[in-house]
Amino acid sequence: MESLLTWLETQLADNSIFTLQTLSHYGAGLTTTVQLVFLSLIIGLIAAVPLAIGRGSRHAWIKWPIFAYTYVFRGTPLLIQLYLIYYGVVFVDGIQETWLWVILEDPFVPALIAFTLNTAAYTTEIFRGAIKSTSKGEIEAARAYGMSPRLTMRRIIIPSAFRRALPAYGNEVIFMLHASAIASVVTIMDLTGAARFVYARYYAPFEAFLFVAAIYLCLTFAILYFFRHLEKKLLAHLQPQTG
Amino acid sequence: MRSTTLTLAAVLAAGFSISFVSSSAMARDYDEVRLGADVPYEPFMYREADGELTGFEIELGNAVCEHLDIKCTWVEQDWDGIIPGLMARKYDAIMSSMAITDERAERVLFSEPYYTTPSAWITTREHDIDIDDKSSLEDLTVGVQRATLQDDYVTEMYGDTVEIRRYTGANEVVNDLRSGRLDITFMDYPIAEATIDIDSEGSDFKRISDFIKKPEEIFGRGVGMAFRQRDEALAEQFNEGLEALKDDGTYDEIMNRYFDYDVSL
Repeated sequence: MESLLTWLETQLADNSIFTLQTLSHYGAGLTTTVQLVFLSLIIGLIAAVPLAIGRGSRHAWIKWPIFAYTYVFRGTPLLIQLYLIYYGVVFVDGIQETWLWVILEDPFVPALIAFTLNTAAYTTEIFRGAIKSTSKGEIEAARAYGMSPRLTMRRIIIPSAFRRALPAYGNEVIFMLHASAIASVVTIMDLTGAARFVYARYYAPFEAFLFVAAIYLCLTFAILYFFRHLEKKLLAHLQPQTG
Repeated sequence: MRSTTLTLAAVLAAGFSISFVSSSAMARDYDEVRLGADVPYEPFMYREADGELTGFEIELGNAVCEHLDIKCTWVEQDWDGIIPGLMARKYDAIMSSMAITDERAERVLFSEPYYTTPSAWITTREHDIDIDDKSSLEDLTVGVQRATLQDDYVTEMYGDTVEIRRYTGANEVVNDLRSGRLDITFMDYPIAEATIDIDSEGSDFKRISDFIKKPEEIFGRGVGMAFRQRDEALAEQFNEGLEALKDDGTYDEIMNRYFDYDVSL
């Protein structure tokens, strides 16, 4: 470790911007971004499954509230949602005295809430589309086997729908990563926040932002690779058969 | 090779500047100049209820232009992109409370400073903080406006003692100071005075430090107009204009309309 640091130091000796200190800012920013995006995606994914099923429900009192939710969160910019959740809650009288303030005081949780609600709305619609496009034949076959609607949903529709939703969901993950760049407006030191900090210190927009763009590219590459791998595995039955 | 080119460039630049300066008195190449400003930034630049642009810098800028017989228009630009905007020729000069620093001077050409303002630590009534005792600041959350000198000052002097949160605008800092997310803020005093009610009877906020203007390495020489490096003749014209306004009392007249303390240098 020690020798690695000294090696890094000699490598960095020639430039004034990318010192160990600024690199550690980028490192901390990377951690924050990954945490924020990963957590909001996981929670959003878990919430989206029942919401997507409910969205296709026959009962109006289940269907319409979910539609209203996805409509609002897909129909307004994420930046506005973040502002409302971070700055808006402050204007609720006496909120500082409630337990809610403990979680809302720190910028991380409001950002996590905004990102989660946003990605859950998009994911819900992605899954709903996939569920809706399940081929009639599969459902009829399930019914012919005597499966109840509940069992059909669990055994037939959901597994095939989620496989079909995979490419679209991979896109959503990438969008979410890029959308997280706005976290720095509520003072979170994410990757973009780190870049803005370095930019502000050295007035070097190209260096600061190109470097952070490269990190985003690497992250996107990892996500692409992961989903490519997953698709290959889960959608193998849809690949053209050769040989 | 690199150093030779640089030397050559420096010699050329010096040569040009001499020739420009000597001819600037009669040069009237600029009959129209666009000034970039990050509005609003009270009381330096803001809009009246009827949408009219006004403020200390707006009035000062207009007065200089009038004196120089130049037609000036104002171009609004967010602070984050104000230097790139100058380079991209969206406007010809920045007159937007930009403090003169070495880092910035590498990219832009500054006029002589035309004002300076103090900064101060501000906190809420319920806090009992002794600013001279660094340990009383420990574990506090400090809010600053991102990419400002106040940000630099706090980062440099207190970076290891306090938690620093960086905001896009002064309003956001005040918002979070009010909400309790922040314990204290270090602000440009005129901005603070314009955004929050400080030290008056029954106000929630108090100033707990002297007016801070030093060290010069951080707070710099004051605020100047910024030009593109090659526009030396234009910078020289504005220097003369500003000097003339100071001499004939116009500067003081405008200043007294906006401040109850002296911002001149």
